[in-house]
Amino acid sequence: MARVHSSPSAVLPPPTERYSVFGWLYKNLFSTWYNSILTIISLSLVFFAVRGMLSWLINEAQWEVIQVNFRLLMVGQYPVDLIWRVWLCLHLLAAVIGLSWGVWVRGRWIQLFLLVSIPLSLSFLPGIDQSARWHLLSLSVIVLGGYFLGRVGGRPLGRLVVNLWVLYFILVILVIRGFTLSEGWFRIVPSNLWGGLLLTFLLTVTGIVFSFPLGILLALGRRSRLPAVRGICITYIEVIRGVPLVTILFMAQVMLPFFLSTGTPPDRVLRAIAGITLFSAAYLAENVRGGLQAVPQGQYEAAYAVGLSGFKTMIYIILPQALRTVIPVLVGQFISLFKDTTLVSIVGLLDLLGISRSILAQPQYIAQQREVLLFITAIYWVFSYLMAYVSQRLEISLGVGER
Amino acid sequence: MQAPKRLPFWRDERILSWSVQLLFLVLVITLIAFLARNLLLNLRQQGLGLGFGFLRTTAGFDIGEHFFPYDRSHTFLEAFIVGLLNTAMVGFLGVILATLLGVLFGVARLASNFIVRQIARWYIEFLRNIPLLVLLIFWYTGVFLKLPRVKEAITLPGSILLSNRGIAIPWGIPTGTFSQYRLIFWGGLFLGLVVTLLLNLHGRRTGRPPLALLWGSLTFISIAILGWFLLSTPPLTLDVPGVQGLRIAGGRPLSPEFMALLSGLAIYTSAFIADVVRAGIQSVSKGQVEAAKSLGLKGSQILRMVVFPQALRVIIPPLTSQYLNLIKNSSLAVAIGYPEMFHVSGTILNQSGRAVEMIALVMAVYLAISLLTSAVMNWYNRKVRLVER
Repeated sequence: MARVHSSPSAVLPPPTERYSVFGWLYKNLFSTWYNSILTIISLSLVFFAVRGMLSWLINEAQWEVIQVNFRLLMVGQYPVDLIWRVWLCLHLLAAVIGLSWGVWVRGRWIQLFLLVSIPLSLSFLPGIDQSARWHLLSLSVIVLGGYFLGRVGGRPLGRLVVNLWVLYFILVILVIRGFTLSEGWFRIVPSNLWGGLLLTFLLTVTGIVFSFPLGILLALGRRSRLPAVRGICITYIEVIRGVPLVTILFMAQVMLPFFLSTGTPPDRVLRAIAGITLFSAAYLAENVRGGLQAVPQGQYEAAYAVGLSGFKTMIYIILPQALRTVIPVLVGQFISLFKDTTLVSIVGLLDLLGISRSILAQPQYIAQQREVLLFITAIYWVFSYLMAYVSQRLEISLGVGER
Repeated sequence: MQAPKRLPFWRDERILSWSVQLLFLVLVITLIAFLARNLLLNLRQQGLGLGFGFLRTTAGFDIGEHFFPYDRSHTFLEAFIVGLLNTAMVGFLGVILATLLGVLFGVARLASNFIVRQIARWYIEFLRNIPLLVLLIFWYTGVFLKLPRVKEAITLPGSILLSNRGIAIPWGIPTGTFSQYRLIFWGGLFLGLVVTLLLNLHGRRTGRPPLALLWGSLTFISIAILGWFLLSTPPLTLDVPGVQGLRIAGGRPLSPEFMALLSGLAIYTSAFIADVVRAGIQSVSKGQVEAAKSLGLKGSQILRMVVFPQALRVIIPPLTSQYLNLIKNSSLAVAIGYPEMFHVSGTILNQSGRAVEMIALVMAVYLAISLLTSAVMNWYNRKVRLVER
């Protein structure tokens, strides 16, 4: 084997600006005169913005309104004696998150540390009751436990974890709602008592879960060879995508009782879920269609050559590949649905935004819009940002676009 | 060889596909018929009919902001059109503002200056991950309604007044010669269009296109300016807003609802547009920039003449859907009380009790706007698309 030699004169000196602070500053901030002006202007902008915000946060903002109404903001009017069901869902969530982290993300110790430290630091907050403190502590323990399990199990657990996520979404609906009559041990909590962040999450989860089958059917229908089926599916998708979500929610609230046969109409939350499902199915169909188009034609031909029927080709060959490529996109849709659920407050539901507005309508808190709205903005931001981050990691670890 | 046996009819693909489609159609039509029957039954029980005749009855409610004369004695239909025009106004201005901001932040996201890049990055990350409705409500109740009272109104340079009653900007008031000037204005515009068209035709004939748009707009602008100074008195006088006791007099008042909606929508959408612009610019291969540099083009020239024209092809389809989102999102104004189409329709619905008709009307109009916008953008997209030879 010949070795590659390079004469000493050909070895260039390292670019110094990479290694010295001044070099970096010069290259990134002061390379030209207009760059220097830009730097100074934007630095002063940042300075004044941060100073203004900090002085407001420390001197003027009054956060009692959050402390007093914390339970309302989180779970609305969910019965106090059944709060353990919410905790149960959170614990399960922690387990699944830990497992997924162990299986797919691995390493990334800083992010894992941050993830674990969120419930841990919350548990040291003053002014929360003892049981909540223990629950929060156990949450971080469960995340860690799940992580190590996933780490030990490794990639073979991947499919199990995906199934666990699907199962989890369905289980949450069952646990929060309950399934026995009002005297039974697992009594039904009527959905008009759901509220706050809990309702926001439930609307998002039910929206995705229920729209999933409908969306897949619509996507398949849109690619069908039969003109009648295709035409109707295209019409549905384009009409729904062409109108704002508010109008659909409004229709679900006002017109759904008209459309169903006489009798007691479903309650407001169920009507909102129906509207959200119809809406998000159209968008999901478009995303799934993208995945279907990404499956190469050769896959269809190979399945046909093996002798599979059209139905079996779809179920065993095409859909698994198509859905795998659209998982990150679906997470993206989950995020936008999470943000869009705020619109149910317009039709009078008490989701996180709705309940904040009803708190702000009380005379003693009427001047505290900024505090409450900033608080819920922070909640929305943290969750959306986390999910977006997860979706990026998923894209890398699923190898989308590599195969 | 045996004569081909005829297929049994249940294996014949043509018959199968027809029967499946027929079955599907029957199912869909049955569902629609079932829903429609319920609707009619329920409506009859409540003593309501169907039909748009009610739109000609008197509205009986006021609308704060309107572009043509409207008061409570006008009809529902006119009220609806007032709302439609308000939606169009917000949509039109919002799209322009959002595009300007979006391009600015999209380019800043790729700037060589570290701090500018980070500001743009966190601007985008923050806005993309919060719900628009929360932003709008915060913007309205937390910022625009928290401005000082009229007496202590803030005056910005250019005599713009800020107060919790809204914002007042200087505005021109027509004088006696305004109607003559209007004629000159439209005439100039017409001439400018004719010049553009002729130059374009000339360019197509000779194969050497002149700067048609530039000459056209120069014609228009010079006629407009000449007309202004040739008239005996200027057609408009500047009316500066000022505080008069407990109210603001003069100028053009803009309500806090309008300002909150417009700026909120523009800012929110600009973050999404910035991401679209960034992706578009990054999609232009690096060799193009290097080639442009080696030709000796300057930084701004490279951006304007090499990068943007190529990035535009990638940018336009997602940009279209952001524009559509902005227009559809303007319906959220119902939460802060700006009388756009959805809000006005809600009021009409409450006044008349005609839920079915009003919701159908609103949906149809939004659908029409969406289809129109995507048709225009598709036409533009075809124009800038790479001509493959």
